[in-house]
Amino acid sequence: MQLIYEQSVNGRRGVKLPVSDVPSAAELPENLLRRESAALPEVSELDLVRHFTNLSRRNYSLDTNFYPLGSCTMKYNAKVLENAAALFAPFHPMTALLPGGVEFCQGSLGMLYDLGQMLADITGMDEVTTQPLAGAHGEMTGILLIAAYHAARGNKAKKKYVVVPDSSHGTNPASASIAGYEIITVPTASYGDMDIELFKKAMNDEVAAVMMTCPNTLGLFNPHIKEISDIAHSHDALMYYDGANLNAIMGKVKPGDVGFDVIHVNLHKTFGTPHGGGGPGAGPVGVKKELIPFLPQPRIVMNDDGQFLLEDQKAASIGRTANFFGNFSVMAKAYAYIIMLGRDGLIRVSEQAVLNANYIKERLKAYYDLPYDMTCMHECVFSASKQLEHGVHAIDVAKFLIDKGYHPPTVYFPLIVKEAIMIEPTETESKATLDAFIDVMIEAAMTAETNPQLLHDAPVTTPVGRLDETKAAREQNVCCIG
Amino acid sequence: MNDSHYCPHTPEEIQEMLSAIGVASVEELFSPIPSELRAKTFNLPPGLSEFETFDKMKSIASDNGGGMSAFVGGGFYDHIIPAAVDHLSGRAEFYTAYTPYQPECSQGTLQALFEYQTAICRLTGMGVSNASLYDGGTACAEAAMMALRITGRNKIIVDGCVNPFSRQVLKTYLYNLDVEVIEIAPLDGLLNREELAGMLDESVAAVLVQNPNFFGCVDDFTALAQQVHALDALLIASVYPISLGLLATPGEMGVDITVGDGQSLGNPLSFGGPSFGFIAAKKAHIRNMPGRIIGETVDKQGRRGFVLTLQAREQHIKRHKATSNICSNQGLCALRGLIFLSAIGRQGLVDMARMNRDKAEYAKAQLVSIPGVTALQSAATFNEFTIFLPKPADGVVAELLRKDIIAGVPLGQYYQGSENCLVVTVTEKRSRKEIDLLVKELEVAVCN
Ligand SMILES: Cc1ncc(COP(=O)(O)O)c(C=O)c1O
Repeated sequence: MQLIYEQSVNGRRGVKLPVSDVPSAAELPENLLRRESAALPEVSELDLVRHFTNLSRRNYSLDTNFYPLGSCTMKYNAKVLENAAALFAPFHPMTALLPGGVEFCQGSLGMLYDLGQMLADITGMDEVTTQPLAGAHGEMTGILLIAAYHAARGNKAKKKYVVVPDSSHGTNPASASIAGYEIITVPTASYGDMDIELFKKAMNDEVAAVMMTCPNTLGLFNPHIKEISDIAHSHDALMYYDGANLNAIMGKVKPGDVGFDVIHVNLHKTFGTPHGGGGPGAGPVGVKKELIPFLPQPRIVMNDDGQFLLEDQKAASIGRTANFFGNFSVMAKAYAYIIMLGRDGLIRVSEQAVLNANYIKERLKAYYDLPYDMTCMHECVFSASKQLEHGVHAIDVAKFLIDKGYHPPTVYFPLIVKEAIMIEPTETESKATLDAFIDVMIEAAMTAETNPQLLHDAPVTTPVGRLDETKAAREQNVCCIG
Repeated sequence: MNDSHYCPHTPEEIQEMLSAIGVASVEELFSPIPSELRAKTFNLPPGLSEFETFDKMKSIASDNGGGMSAFVGGGFYDHIIPAAVDHLSGRAEFYTAYTPYQPECSQGTLQALFEYQTAICRLTGMGVSNASLYDGGTACAEAAMMALRITGRNKIIVDGCVNPFSRQVLKTYLYNLDVEVIEIAPLDGLLNREELAGMLDESVAAVLVQNPNFFGCVDDFTALAQQVHALDALLIASVYPISLGLLATPGEMGVDITVGDGQSLGNPLSFGGPSFGFIAAKKAHIRNMPGRIIGETVDKQGRRGFVLTLQAREQHIKRHKATSNICSNQGLCALRGLIFLSAIGRQGLVDMARMNRDKAEYAKAQLVSIPGVTALQSAATFNEFTIFLPKPADGVVAELLRKDIIAGVPLGQYYQGSENCLVVTVTEKRSRKEIDLLVKELEVAVCN
């Protein structure tokens, strides 16, 4: 398809602007003016609409294809959430920060406050900030809160390390590193969780925090989690919970009850807000009460009259992690999702997410190697090692699935599983969809034995075949020069 | 068991699945969780129907003050959003997709983001853009960290005229690092160049400025760029994209890294988000860029296609050595930015920028005709400007809020001694009638 710039015609106008109702101002001095207008597209509105509509058709998406992308919780994004969020489009965030302004923002502030309360209940935390703008941003915020906690106790210089299991998501060590810590990585044991003996050895009083996902990225719940947090606490290290996998345990376990001190949740995973082709998401952070003084400012509080206020200028606070109150409209969607599903609905979500993952795991384990063969939570991780005997890699299975109309599972993550295929069906998929997917996965396994070339050549049904990534990295054509 | 939203199984199907798994109940699947760790309480309210949910959301939204006339900016701006932006970005193929990890079935997102990167480069005059960051403040922080990596130095100088929220975000990001952040207090609403000159030396990684700045002043940083480069340091500029319809680009001034908030490009105010941050740099710095970057390539048949590229910078490969921790960014908001710029078009952006300035100049002239009100004269302005009131601005703003006018941002909270200063923003959406009403009500408020 042509780029929109390739469709431009000099002088063609798009959307018509209103006619100005004020006199023209005197021209600015020359040195302040750009020499030439930016070479933006010059297309008609119809051309524009066709271009983006046709582009959109080159995507697989949740609304068009089953999308069992492990660790990403691609559940159905209810349409009513979009309508609900749109209600808040006109409100300017500065209003709340002006003298006398909160009075005009009681709806928005109250919703954020209530969302924080509900998330605190779901996760077993004492207070939640809605400022962080994505999961990884929540991680960084959380680690900074932990840093502030240690600093307040006079331990800033002493605390140097953050411990992560080798199964952790890349954002965990990256976030801790950006926040100023060195990383200690603990290997996974044959039972699928962080090796507890190696963990004990890795721990010392210079560790600031232990970051974990539970269930972990293998989809396994760590039965030793309480013991791990007790060990961490005995070294005055805090426990950080990566909430990316919260969809497995709502109403079943609260991270705060099992020793976690800080947590982020990915609203764009567990709470049904769309992923947008790479965001926006939202990563609210919950903390135990010891950490409340360090929370980002401004903090939303409720006074005795039930009025919502902004509390600023707390000396101990880490400051601001975003310019305003977080990705507000994402929060509005998550809020609507939670009140709509309610207590029992959320429990059902976790139950059926776990049911669906176990169903896929059991039905496929005869065809794909299952390195950790046990009851999983909301996702399961296979390896294409059997297929590799025929020269077929996880990526080939993935591309075959594309030809069959499925978005592939996550491949090559977690890094500790060779040729990993990580499947997360979510609760919103029907049995018929799961069965059809299972059939195609079985077909892929068979084809790997009988006709591996077919898998190597896939996909053939898409607008482009496999792309030359080396060329892209070498040539670095990242924008089209006008 | 099938009474819950969006969980489709019938009881019979659940039974079939349980037998296929070989367990008696769903509860048995939770047996890996030790019973002593199980949640003891779960206090959320019972669920609602879709209809009731929407009703409740409407009632929450109506608890906000609606229909206000906004002369306020502070990083978010009330601009026109063409209808096509909502409709096209609202296509589920875009908004219900994930990050484009599988390029063959994600060419829609990938090509759009490549076009977005191109738009940002052309708008700012820079060589390379990534596929978006979280927001304007975090973009400032990412740019600072990028400069620290490139120069291997550990000092950042920040002009106090940069948006105070962005400055706070930057400080929070660097809070636990061994980095010195020095702020220079503004002089007449502009960068204090003399004080900066006294601080510039070879330990400085970068200087961060903003154009137009928080006071609304438009500056020319060409000479500053040369001064900074002489010390092998970098110049980072935060810019307001709409203003680039008119104003000299960071590229023309010699800026090394350009950032900003993209909200004004087709993203609604939405009480502060989501918007997107953009970051663009000289091409030489591409390997130090944070976040996702889309690159052009071909398939075996030579057909053009787009992929996530230079992934060796990123967290999923480099883990703690990555250039940033970014995973999800603000893809859909960046797409809205691209559609906005394409819909408004090349000349449209020029016209829109002009109209912003014309309206602001009109408003400024009217406001300074109020006895006791004067404007900051030190520099030219775009669509925001600072005025001095004969009394503290806080009270005036509070009073006008009661008349459904958001009169601007009082500066006292952000700059000591500026209690009487007010920054007023006028976008193309404010009619002359609204401006005249602002002037009338402000006159009443200051003369009381
Ligand atoms: C386990 C895990 N942690 C963290 C993240 C990062 O979340 P985000 O993309 O919202 O930054 C992800 C997202 O893929 C994840 O799967």
